[in-house]
Formats: sequence, C-alpha cells, structure tokens
Amino acid sequence: MSVPEELYYTAEHEWISISDTVARVGITDYAQRALGDVVYVSVPAVGTKVTAGDPCGEVESTKSVSDIFSPADGEVIEVNPEIDDDPGLVNSDPYGAGWLFKIALDSADDVPPGLLTAAEYQALTQEQGQE
Amino acid sequence: MPDPQSPAPRRTPLAAVHEALGAAMTDFAGWLMPLRYRSETAEHVAVRTAAGLFDLSHMGEVLVTGADAGAALDYALTGQASAIAPGRARYTMICAPDGGVIDDLIVYRLAAAEFLIVANAANTAAVVAELTERASGFAAAVADRTDGYALIAVQGPSAAAILGPLTADDLTGLRYYSSREATVAGRRALVARTGYTGEDGFEIFVAPRDAIPLWDALTEAGQGSGLRPAGLAARDSLRLEAGMPLYGNELSREVTPFDAGLGRVVRLDKPGDFVGRAALARRAAAGPSRVLTGLIGQTRRVPRHGYQVLWNGEPCGVVTSGAHSPTLGKPIAMAYLSPGAAESARAAQEAGQGRLAVDIRGSAEPAMLAPLPFYRRPD
Repeated sequence: MSVPEELYYTAEHEWISISDTVARVGITDYAQRALGDVVYVSVPAVGTKVTAGDPCGEVESTKSVSDIFSPADGEVIEVNPEIDDDPGLVNSDPYGAGWLFKIALDSADDVPPGLLTAAEYQALTQEQGQE
Repeated sequence: MPDPQSPAPRRTPLAAVHEALGAAMTDFAGWLMPLRYRSETAEHVAVRTAAGLFDLSHMGEVLVTGADAGAALDYALTGQASAIAPGRARYTMICAPDGGVIDDLIVYRLAAAEFLIVANAANTAAVVAELTERASGFAAAVADRTDGYALIAVQGPSAAAILGPLTADDLTGLRYYSSREATVAGRRALVARTGYTGEDGFEIFVAPRDAIPLWDALTEAGQGSGLRPAGLAARDSLRLEAGMPLYGNELSREVTPFDAGLGRVVRLDKPGDFVGRAALARRAAAGPSRVLTGLIGQTRRVPRHGYQVLWNGEPCGVVTSGAHSPTLGKPIAMAYLSPGAAESARAAQEAGQGRLAVDIRGSAEPAMLAPLPFYRRPD
C-alpha cells in the first residue's frame, strides 16, 4: 500500500497536498482498495464552502458508498474534470490523476490542524487492517 | 473492528491460494472468502467475455440417500425431486409451513436413491436440520457433507474450451442442469453444468485435498483464454445482471417463491402433501402481495439494498439488490414493489411518463422499470 511521505492525511482516508494556500484533495490508496472499483464520484461544486470534518461529497464503488470529508476549511476552486467520465482514475492513480478537488484554504497557517503525517496515517491503517 | 464474540471464519481448501494471489478476503456467512483479486469489474467482464474461476467451497452440500430419498424430498421441498432423472438437476426451494423461503437449492439426482443438495452457506445448518426432521418418517438418510467437498466453478463462454482438454470424459454432451462423474486433471470429480452468472459453465465438486491441484490445472488450462480468478463481488454483480435471486436479499422467510416471481418452483400439481403446500396454494390463488421488479437507474447513483422506491414521491417498495452493471454501464437493481404501483408505473412508462424513483440517501433519483433478466447470454 502506498502512503507518499509528502502528503498529509485524515482518519477518514483522504489525502491533502498543500502548496501555499491551495490544497489538493483525494482519497488514499488504502481507501480505494477497501472500496473496490469506483463507479461514481460526487464532488462539491466550485465555489462551495467546505468545513474540515464535514461531508462534502461521496465516492461510490461497486459494493458501497462512502462520504468524502473535507480535510480543511476553505472554498472549492477546482474539481478534477476527468473524474466524472473516468471514476476508475481513483483506483488506478489515487494520488495523481485520481485527485478530486482543490480548495483555497481559509487559514494561512502552514498546515491545517488535525491532519496526520504519512507515518501516523500508516500506523492508523495498520491498526485498521488487523481485523 | 474485530468482534471477540464471533469465531474465526472457516477457511476453504483454497484460502491460501486466494491469499497468495493477493485477494481481498472477507467473512461471508462464516467463511473467509475472496471478495476480489484485483478489479471486480475486470473479473465480471472476464466472465462475460472469456471465463472466470470461482471458489464456491463455502456452499453447503447435503446428501440424501435411501430407497425413499425421492419421496422424502418431495415432502420436504417445493419441487418434485422424485421426477428428476438420474444425472439431471433442478432449481428448487425449501419453505416453512407458512410458505416463507428457508433456502433456495439446487438438487442433483446422482442415482435412483442418491440426491446431492447444494445450499447457501448461511443456511446450510438450517437446511440440514429441516431435511433431517422432514425425512424422519421415510427410509432416507440426510448427511451434511459440506466438509467432504471443495467446489470450483468455471463460468463463461470459454469455460467448455478450458475444461474440455482436462478430461477424457465427454462434457460437450453434458446438458445445462445436468451432472456426471468425470476425471478432471487426474482427480475424481462430479461435474455439473450449472452456475450463478448467466453464462455457460461448470461447477466441479472434488475432495478437499484435490482442490488446489484442480485450481492450478484450470488456471494453467485457461492461460491464453483470458481466464481470471473471480471473487464474490463479481459473482454478485453477475447474478444480478442475470436476474437471479440472492438469499437474504430477494429471498427470505418473509417472502414466498411467488413474491419473487419464482412460483414455477412450487409444484402444486405433484402428488402428496409437502411442507408449506396449504399456505402456498392460498398464495398462488390470491396473487402476490408484492412484485419483484427490475429497475435501471437513470443517473449515475446506484440504488442499494434497503433503499425505498418512490412512485409519485410516495414509497411503493424497497430495493433488494443494486449495483453498477458493467455490461449495461448503468445502475441496475431488483426491488419489491406493491402490485398496484408496479402496474401504474408500467402504464406510465409506456405512455412516456416516468415518475418512478429511488430514494438514494435523501435524493429521489429517477429509475425505469426493466424486464428481468438485465442480461441474457447470446446464443
């Protein structure tokens, strides 16, 4: 399972890539594996205000549906234009072409509060994997 | 989270093979089973276009033997087992006295006094208990032989071409819903032309110790034919496209075979009494209280088990199974509708007015009625 070092994570299995005040958001490799083949993704429209920890969309796979929780406070400024036609990108390239949306962060802090490092997220998934 | 109360799931003779293949494993009816190996969609497509290899060793095998075995099953089941010719098989059900479905079954008549019954894993214990009690007045013995069999299925248009070279026995003459003993890859097997995918295919019963050699031989024979191992996720979407019911979804103790559109399995014309006859005869005369219906979603969102179906915004039924259909490229579902709503919706749809919807997490997503099955294999 892949957990890139340079990203931050949430306990709900989103990743967030922060560059200045803009963040790109997607779901993790662990999440896409657990979900199975993604058949539909609903992301918040451009202009939507999102709040950290609140549901703002959903990922639907062959077997289940999961909410997407915003990893940070901000406003959606772009959504992945490919994801509607090809939701399988979430499976094939969860950290790259399968990104979901970008938000302009409200806070100018370096890193929004409550996020996990790669090591912390890895530890979390290892706990959850031991069923 | 692990539940300390639940025992560890049982492993089939092939569990280590699935793990070595990197399958996502899941606890299904108390068995550790492969949910998918890589992509369940690719597995589904392989079964429709080439072939898939399934471990079905969790299914229950119950042997009923003895001079009165046929008569005992005629009393215990809705079908007429005594009328099945040796070597043939029949889809049937075991019902409670009130007509509720205890399980759906395939009955293989292996010989005049020997029947092999395949039950759903979750229901095997209940089926064995019911059959034992119902057979008690007959010269017939009921034995749970689940541990004595591994069950491997090869399903898909290439199944016969893959299996054929592994046996000297004639399988081309084996008709749908028939079985025969055969030696496959050097192992004694019972080979049945049955399945749960809507495709041609075979279900192969072997001794547990022969499961891995047979799996390996089939895997090798399928190289170059597009054979893929396929898990429970693909099995579920394949059977849904084929309009086949799943116990726990379309079938339960709360529904009769007539509700599920499967009244044909209830042989009210057979001689003698059988468990559930009176209740089922009343139900046949009265007509069903609900109708199992196919739905095709008109948006990308997928109706799921338990979601409400709406007619003119009012609840009129409930989804029993739903999935994204890889073959149709759309969401499909089966649902129980009230007969009145089903009729109104059909009339409205024919007039070009769709007002049927599924409540998908608070949003009424339009749906169209569709005949079952959603998919029929080309001849």
